[in-house]
Amino acid sequence: MKFLALVDCDNFYASCERVFRPDLKQKPIVVLSNNDGCVIARSKEAKAMGIKMGIPWFKVKKAYLAQGGKVFSSNFALYGDLSKRVMNILNGMVKRMEVYSIDEAFLDLQHIQHSNQAYEFGVHCRNTIRQWVGIPVRIGIAPTKTLAKVASHVAKNQKGGAGVYCLSNKKDIANILKTICIKEIWGVGHRLSRQLNQLGAYSAYDLMQMDIRLIRKKFSVVLERTVRELRGEPCIQIEDHSDPKKQIVVSRSFRGRIDNLDLLKPLISNFAVRAGEKLRHEKQKCSQVSVFIATSRFQKKLQHRGFNSFYFPHPTDDTRSILMGANKALKKTFKNGYPYAKAGILLSHFSHPTFIQQSLFQAADHQYLKQDTHLMRTIDSLNSKQTQIYYASQHPAGLSPIQKQMVSPRYTTNWWDLPQTK
Amino acid sequence: MTINYLGLISANDLPASFTKFFVEPVSVGFPSPANDYLESPIDLNKYLIKNGAATFLVRVSGDSMLNANIADQAILIVDRSLKPKHGSIVVASLDGDFVCKRLQLKPRLCLLPENSKYKPIYIQHGQDLDIMGTVTAAINKFE
Repeated sequence: MKFLALVDCDNFYASCERVFRPDLKQKPIVVLSNNDGCVIARSKEAKAMGIKMGIPWFKVKKAYLAQGGKVFSSNFALYGDLSKRVMNILNGMVKRMEVYSIDEAFLDLQHIQHSNQAYEFGVHCRNTIRQWVGIPVRIGIAPTKTLAKVASHVAKNQKGGAGVYCLSNKKDIANILKTICIKEIWGVGHRLSRQLNQLGAYSAYDLMQMDIRLIRKKFSVVLERTVRELRGEPCIQIEDHSDPKKQIVVSRSFRGRIDNLDLLKPLISNFAVRAGEKLRHEKQKCSQVSVFIATSRFQKKLQHRGFNSFYFPHPTDDTRSILMGANKALKKTFKNGYPYAKAGILLSHFSHPTFIQQSLFQAADHQYLKQDTHLMRTIDSLNSKQTQIYYASQHPAGLSPIQKQMVSPRYTTNWWDLPQTK
Repeated sequence: MTINYLGLISANDLPASFTKFFVEPVSVGFPSPANDYLESPIDLNKYLIKNGAATFLVRVSGDSMLNANIADQAILIVDRSLKPKHGSIVVASLDGDFVCKRLQLKPRLCLLPENSKYKPIYIQHGQDLDIMGTVTAAINKFE
């Protein structure tokens, strides 16, 4: 039997905050989103206090701090570095792996035939990461990705377990799947699970037992793959190359509220300029720019969420075109008098810069395109140093820095932030 | 427009990677006899760090390890993958603080300073001690 492993870091951001703070052992920790808006990670202790994922910080702040909880702004320099270390260690242990997210990876255990060997590998892997980096992980091992996700879920909920669970024989798989709700299964969302409930399928086991042809006809090939994977047939391969990005988002919440187009425009321009830089950094061109604006979820009256897109005749990576498109989209979606609290830019429909779709009505002028790249490259290289070149429509303060009042030191990436002995 | 004369650039002032870059184009007549012997410059990281994923840097504050050539503000190279032995210099967390001391396992678990001004720390029952990793090198800067 072939095995796959899913390695998943426990409460990753909260665990990272603990690596250089031995005094926070067994203390509740929460980590907040950019601008300190919502809770995006919780230690086991914070979960036990009833702090929910995604809850706005201001709602729980008082009670949480009063009970001795610790809070951090997000410190992605630290999380990124520790994540890289974990992934490097895993990479040294197997021939093929897929980094699935900042805190998850699938491993191909092709060198292992027996489930007890697989389990021992899992324990070794877990101990090594714990010792070398200080991050606790749990490991789910199974013949398919979907089942490895299930096994990881079991490993998480095991009381006093080793943090490793190997799901291999048919009887075990069936018993475990009976205890798992359909919506917990990887790739089955709320909407799908409601539809499946209507057909009488509630547990993952029910789903596994459904007729494959019916699934394909009533739902999709994607759900068919999920069902096959639950039965132990590998259908979703390990992807060891990462796909290029499919979209770029730059967004911010405002400190105050903005209800005036003239005040909003320069901010949108700042987002557009930053998005353009990211786009060129990824060596992509986009065919669409979208603007979204939203009022605060926490005020009752005058709610508005707007979204509008502008399509380019040729794919572009030129900030001037992006600015033009963004401004047009903003004008269409903006409503006067609404107190906007958040806005952002989305670039999408990418194509590679050397590939240019010729328009039927407009001949692409290569000379013109060539000059554009030079100008943008020059501005990017100047802006990466100390000079700043602004576009006329930008807000002079640039992109407002993300508010982070409780951020921990960058222990592993900055000389001045190294941990200290007493 | 004004022009400031800053002085001559000597090849010694350039980073090693620059020097290597113009070895070939500079000599029009004779190819450099060193070309076939080009080696990558000495890399301190390679010398100091064996296992990058498990190595962390820690700054020392205080002079309790002076006799082990670890001065105040030295940078410690800490390898978490090496099993600490009796006599290893370690970074440990003791009751929530990081300390750098020599580890004594026998006859009694103890953290030894390397400076007579300080007393050995005998670990009492109920004290919380975790060894973070083994110190493999210390960098003292003089200027």
